[in-house]
Amino acid sequence: MLNTVQRKMLTRRILQAIPVILLATFSVFMLLKLLPGDVAITLAGENATVERIEEIRRLKGLDQPLIVQYGQWVMNAVQGDLSESLLSGEPVATTLARVFPNTLFIVLYAVSLSVLVGVPLGILAASRAGGISDRLVMVLTSVGVALPNFWIAMIFVVIFALNRSWFPATGFVSPFESPLQALWYATLPAVALAASGMAEVARQLRSSLVETLQSQHVRTLHAKGLPFRVILWKHGLRNVSVNLLTVISLLVNRTLAATVVVEVVFAIPGMGNTIVNATLQRDFPVVQGAVLVMVLTVITVNLVTDILYSILDPRIAQQ
Amino acid sequence: MTQSPASPAAAVMPQIDRPGFPKRFSYWLTDDPIAAIGLAVLIVIFTCAVFAEQIAPYDPALQDYAAMLESPSAQHLLGTDDLGRDVFSRLIHGASASVYAAVLAVGVATVLGVPVGLIAGYAGGWVDEVISRILDTFLSFPAIVLAIAVTGVLGIGLTNAMLSVGIVFAPQLARLVRARALVLKQELYVEAAQCFGASPGWILMRHILPNAIQPVLVQITLLMAVALLAEASLSLLGLGMQPPDPSWGSMIARAYIYAQIAPAQMYAPGIAILVTALAFNMVGESLREALDPTSQR
Repeated sequence: MLNTVQRKMLTRRILQAIPVILLATFSVFMLLKLLPGDVAITLAGENATVERIEEIRRLKGLDQPLIVQYGQWVMNAVQGDLSESLLSGEPVATTLARVFPNTLFIVLYAVSLSVLVGVPLGILAASRAGGISDRLVMVLTSVGVALPNFWIAMIFVVIFALNRSWFPATGFVSPFESPLQALWYATLPAVALAASGMAEVARQLRSSLVETLQSQHVRTLHAKGLPFRVILWKHGLRNVSVNLLTVISLLVNRTLAATVVVEVVFAIPGMGNTIVNATLQRDFPVVQGAVLVMVLTVITVNLVTDILYSILDPRIAQQ
Repeated sequence: MTQSPASPAAAVMPQIDRPGFPKRFSYWLTDDPIAAIGLAVLIVIFTCAVFAEQIAPYDPALQDYAAMLESPSAQHLLGTDDLGRDVFSRLIHGASASVYAAVLAVGVATVLGVPVGLIAGYAGGWVDEVISRILDTFLSFPAIVLAIAVTGVLGIGLTNAMLSVGIVFAPQLARLVRARALVLKQELYVEAAQCFGASPGWILMRHILPNAIQPVLVQITLLMAVALLAEASLSLLGLGMQPPDPSWGSMIARAYIYAQIAPAQMYAPGIAILVTALAFNMVGESLREALDPTSQR
């Protein structure tokens, strides 16, 4: 299925990802080292005795050289040990395993909405570039990109949850428990996140579609007497489908970041709320673990996109 | 970045006197009214930010328990908040926080990102490879997540929060400058300078940077909008501006608590953020088209 060029390209991509993963994990590891003062004292919590601090220093290997500490940390992380919360004492991995699927659910919901709304808008705008519908879509998307996600989320809550009780104002139901309830609870957050997401999709799709429709081969198709409909659907969209892949992967990454704030607005027990609360309470092992999971997710999404790319578009591999 | 090293058209084209900067500036604005509107909005916001003390009718921290959560009136143009503070005055003072935050974050990003990008692109080889992997790494972090974590480590507060945002933005600029430098170092005038024995530092400052600055300018304008939204988010989360100092983000956060009683409180700061971000984007997009020789207008 893959030719040698594609295989070479794939190998190159995966090899490039390795230093990124190492560097990313090292940066996350160093996060705790940047803390002013002695980490052992921070980890020991308030009112710790000198013996306790010494014990923690030995236990956590803080008396070892930095690179040994990093190696140890990675070994533990690979085995699912991300240390424990300073406040609750719960293993960080347990916390994250509980909250991460919730975030993932919201992100996927929001990205699906963005694509479902953004793609038709982009096509509509590009098919009559410069027309009224194009201008309208462009204005809409400009506003969408500049819109603070959390603000639109709050306005949705006021309108659709407080004034009319169509949707719940806060809370979350796991999709594993009750898929329908989960969708109902996640709709407002997802729509708030999709407000800028769909604008991004529509903009990007419009610009690459307009470019394609102005190209030489499309002009030839016109000259051949092919109806515009056929050109748009058969030739235009096929050419931009690869761009769409880039947009979607970018969107997943952006939404993953944007969801942090929106989760707080809706009190959703996800990664965002976990990171924010842990930061405010100076619960650094939790912050470290959560950032690690987020960055590894983004790296994975990027890698999968690159792999899909080389499969879908053989031209890319040849470059 | 696709740019032919030397365009043959340039040699054939007759020399035209290039109008001076003020003239080109006014051409740009009359040619693109959207950019003119955006720029006007930004001037208003910056004026509010600098002269907040003089413009605001009330002290933004002045509490009036006799007038809490009031609707807009002649006395309080946008009403009062839950402590009886004048919302209009807080909004104007919030502009200072937003402008300070955006300038700080983008300033840090420029100072960190541009030199790194120049070096990576010009040096090439293993230096480029190493820097590029580091940039890839930092671009993999969801921006706000990294900003939250770094703020947590540096200490909570607006300045630290925006320093973190600046650090997070830097790789974006670095990547852009690197791509430009990669193209520019193959230009004839760079080769000529190398032949004359100019030092890499001189070539970077004298030849590469001035020619790479235009896309950077566009990106800086667009990043200002992102920084503004980041400030609002971080202040909303309680990691940025600390009470009682007003910022648009923290105003929204506070108003949200009383959304059931006084929903209108939320609108003014949100619209301020939206309009300012929109203005930065409008100016940025227009600059991109005005400065890009390949775009047809």
